[in-house]
Amino acid sequence: MGFAKLVVFVNALVPLALLAGDAARGRLGANPIELVLRSTGVLTLLFVTLTLAVTPARKILRRPGLIKLRRMLGLFAFFYGSLHVLTYLWLDQFFDVRAIAADVLTRPFIFFGALAYGLMTTLAVTSTQASIRRLGKRWTQIHKRIYWIAGLAVVHFWMGVKADTTRPAVFGIVIGLLLLWRYVNRTPRPGMLKDPAS
Amino acid sequence: MAKRSDPKPSEITPKALFYARRGLILGGTAALTGLAYKKLLAPNPKVRPSTPLAPEIVAAAPAPAATISDKKNTYEEITNYNNFYELSTSKYAVAEVAAKFVTRPWTVTVEGLCRRPKVYDLDELLKKFPLEERVYRMRCVEAWSMVIPWNGFPLARLLAEVEPLGSAKYVAFETLFDPKRMPNQGSPLLAWPYREGLRLDEAMHPLVLLAAGLYGETMPPQNGAPIRLVVPWKYGFKGAKSIVKIRLVETQPESTWNRFAPDEYGFYCNVNPEVDHPRWSQATERRIGEIGKRPTLPFNGYGAEVASLYAGMDLRKYF
Repeated sequence: MGFAKLVVFVNALVPLALLAGDAARGRLGANPIELVLRSTGVLTLLFVTLTLAVTPARKILRRPGLIKLRRMLGLFAFFYGSLHVLTYLWLDQFFDVRAIAADVLTRPFIFFGALAYGLMTTLAVTSTQASIRRLGKRWTQIHKRIYWIAGLAVVHFWMGVKADTTRPAVFGIVIGLLLLWRYVNRTPRPGMLKDPAS
Repeated sequence: MAKRSDPKPSEITPKALFYARRGLILGGTAALTGLAYKKLLAPNPKVRPSTPLAPEIVAAAPAPAATISDKKNTYEEITNYNNFYELSTSKYAVAEVAAKFVTRPWTVTVEGLCRRPKVYDLDELLKKFPLEERVYRMRCVEAWSMVIPWNGFPLARLLAEVEPLGSAKYVAFETLFDPKRMPNQGSPLLAWPYREGLRLDEAMHPLVLLAAGLYGETMPPQNGAPIRLVVPWKYGFKGAKSIVKIRLVETQPESTWNRFAPDEYGFYCNVNPEVDHPRWSQATERRIGEIGKRPTLPFNGYGAEVASLYAGMDLRKYF
């Protein structure tokens, strides 16, 4: 499993390497800031989706070991999300607190993005082995926030495009299917197993 | 003693082969990931070559009043970052799709409420009205801007030639509809063909151009070849591209983005830092090629020339 993790780790850094390579050669096009903002945003959503895909994949493929990749995928979502937010705060807004506050508070599209990132941060800081032990059952509850994060991220993406909603729609459908799979295959709660007629 | 389940010596992978295989897996998957990312997710800017305008159609002297002192954007910037939804919704991809766009033969029909409607062959039109160079700011509704040296002629000259009737109050513009040449017209992304409109007095303003080139080069397809509208004090989407029809009408014509989202895109679309787009601020803009943001000017800095057209109008209501 150690090697599988290494493969995921290296592959997850490939887009960053390509982006950095293009930046170094001045090949980010006419509006580099927008390009970096878009690229890191899409990558964040991609890793959120991959994280959500782990549980269905391990059941469907009968590869329970895949669980060992989940934390890394989630942390990569947080990593690209952080780059996305940093690009916005620094290169797009130049840490202009008033402009940022106005943006977050008056524009639902930015608000949903900020909310998603805030939630994601809580998952990232509780991702350690120690937190899992300390929080016990609550840990699972906290980490179910990823469903909200995924939904908010899709809405954020959807509202950010002018007319072509193809990409947010594709992410929305894939995430919707992953959540639907969870609903259909949910663990029965105590009581649900009983035959209501008995 | 050897157990039956132990691998035979021939089945044990030599160390070198083991690492070679792992290296191959790492390299191979990384290459595939890179390819998939570039093809499916990454915006991909590319630079395309240019073709000079035939010298005889470019007027020698540019109109001095219409030239501004801002630093011009480069030809590469102007021709590789385009909003032209008929070709692609990615600004970085339009140039590539546009490379195959054929612009001849081309006619422009001028019709409607005028005494002398006419179907102009494009080359005839360009001979009749020599092109001048005008350096204009272009402010996109997406809060970025460029400075572009257009080659064009005032729309007013063409309109004067067809003699609008007294009943004509508006001018409607229509982009080519041909899904074979404009691939996105095959999908219902926007209501095709692209339509835009101006009030007749706006259309007659000397700043309004029909442009057929930029930087002294034939208009690149990604910028709206062979002929497009340029209205420098309005958001860029007012500038209909690849125009085939200009119609003089009595009532306010339909415009594509207004129909798509009336609360986000008005009929007037004058550049106005006071009136935000519902989803983002219009107070500042990023000039392409600059890192910081600059304040957006009312009427994109052309207030002295055009503000009088809107005297007494509530520009929040008529945005």
